[in-house]
Amino acid sequence: MFFVLKSDITVLEALGYSILGLAIVFAALILLMVIIKIQSALMNKGRKSEAPTSVSAAPAPVAAPAPAKAVAPGSAGEVKLFDVPDKTAAMIMAIVADSLKKPLNELRFKSIKEVK
Amino acid sequence: MTSVVDILNSLWIDSGFSALLTDWRSLVMIVVACVLLYLGIVKKFEPLLLVGIAFGTLLTNLPGAGLYHPELWDGIIDGTKDYGDVLRDGGLLDILYIGVKAGVYPSLIFLGVGAMTDFGPLLSNPKSLLLGSAAQLGVYCAFILAVVLGFTGPEAASIGIIGGADGPTAIFLTTRLAPHLLGAIAIAAYSYMALIPLIQPPIMRALTTKKERETKMEQLRPVSKTEKIVFPIVVSIFCILLLPDTAPLIGCLMLGNLFRECGVVDRLSDTAQNALMNIVTIFLSTSVGATTVASRFLTLDTLKIVALGLLAFCFSTVGGVLLGKIMYKFTGGKINPLIGSAGVSAVPMAARVSQVEGQKANPSNFLLMHAMGPNVAGVIGSAVAAGFLLALFS
Repeated sequence: MFFVLKSDITVLEALGYSILGLAIVFAALILLMVIIKIQSALMNKGRKSEAPTSVSAAPAPVAAPAPAKAVAPGSAGEVKLFDVPDKTAAMIMAIVADSLKKPLNELRFKSIKEVK
Repeated sequence: MTSVVDILNSLWIDSGFSALLTDWRSLVMIVVACVLLYLGIVKKFEPLLLVGIAFGTLLTNLPGAGLYHPELWDGIIDGTKDYGDVLRDGGLLDILYIGVKAGVYPSLIFLGVGAMTDFGPLLSNPKSLLLGSAAQLGVYCAFILAVVLGFTGPEAASIGIIGGADGPTAIFLTTRLAPHLLGAIAIAAYSYMALIPLIQPPIMRALTTKKERETKMEQLRPVSKTEKIVFPIVVSIFCILLLPDTAPLIGCLMLGNLFRECGVVDRLSDTAQNALMNIVTIFLSTSVGATTVASRFLTLDTLKIVALGLLAFCFSTVGGVLLGKIMYKFTGGKINPLIGSAGVSAVPMAARVSQVEGQKANPSNFLLMHAMGPNVAGVIGSAVAAGFLLALFS
């Protein structure tokens, strides 16, 4: 065939294999993308359908919440921690407050997540 | 008196120094090993692997040491010998090399990589998978060029996989398709991975406009724990059913990730990330270095592999960035094309390069988490590419 060198396959065959190989990589990862989207859609749906239930069931437990049970004076609520130990989170919040020259109780931290 | 001279003469003949004088190639390889040690220790080029590889190169090229016997492995390939012969007649590095040959070490490294990888950025932006696919372009470009240069199909496939920028995958495929090229391919793969901060930026800047590089991307959505736990299970089932040859790599990668995410086996996750990973790295690097025996390494083919490896990395970067540009256009400027280059695996170095280049264009730009998506997608993409090449040529 065209352009046969020392190799046991021709350049044309190599080109064909390459196009097929790249197409398979794309196809596999596109299918994976679709699966991930379906998975996250299903989970979000599950979470949304759980939410109204918890709201409707909420009055009883929420009716008697322990107001400011463990909340420090001036606290803006609880910060969500993702893979961050409490001690590290406390240090991060203190450093941010110090850098901004603001008292900690005037700042609101929503979440702290470790970037890996 | 004569007997003393005879003894000294015999000692000289038996010593490695005498053998060094008869075969200059071993001396050259000792110099090569020292250069690699310099690059690993002083220049910090992938030191965790390069130091071991370089020392393996040094040990295997010290005449008379008998730590590695390439002829034993030739016997395994042509079926005249088996692993029993290696255990009986082999040296220390021969015995360690069994783990490479059997595909155990690359898979265990993938177990550790899985335990260290957060697939959250990929799950929150699944389009990253497209960039991870496009960045496999270099694998196939290098494959075609290798065929043009006269390598056989299996050899060309092993050379092409350097473009996946994934050391364990390159070693895994090469030990199955072209074990005689393992040393050169492993050294090229790890050296270029260390050079990613030098190789990628000029290509990234040449292919993108300043406006594109300045693009700030929206914050990623939070990913639930359940999604992260389900992901490795789904990927294992899907990828292994699609390409069964990827089972050792994808299976171990996803098992490691499940250890990390399920939250009930923290001890195993910790072992996979640290102790096991470190032990396997020592075995893998020294035994791969041992394959660089002078008589087989100092050939024109090695130079070709080094050149093709560089081209593979360049083409992979081009593929990722070009698809990034297409996605930039299609999304109305919501995706920064610089994250495309991170699709070449090399976790997390390639993602860091995207971050650095993004910040150079716009100091308030934070692309690291966005680039981690294509980066981990590249690991899956290169495993799929390797699975395809293995299915084709094995």
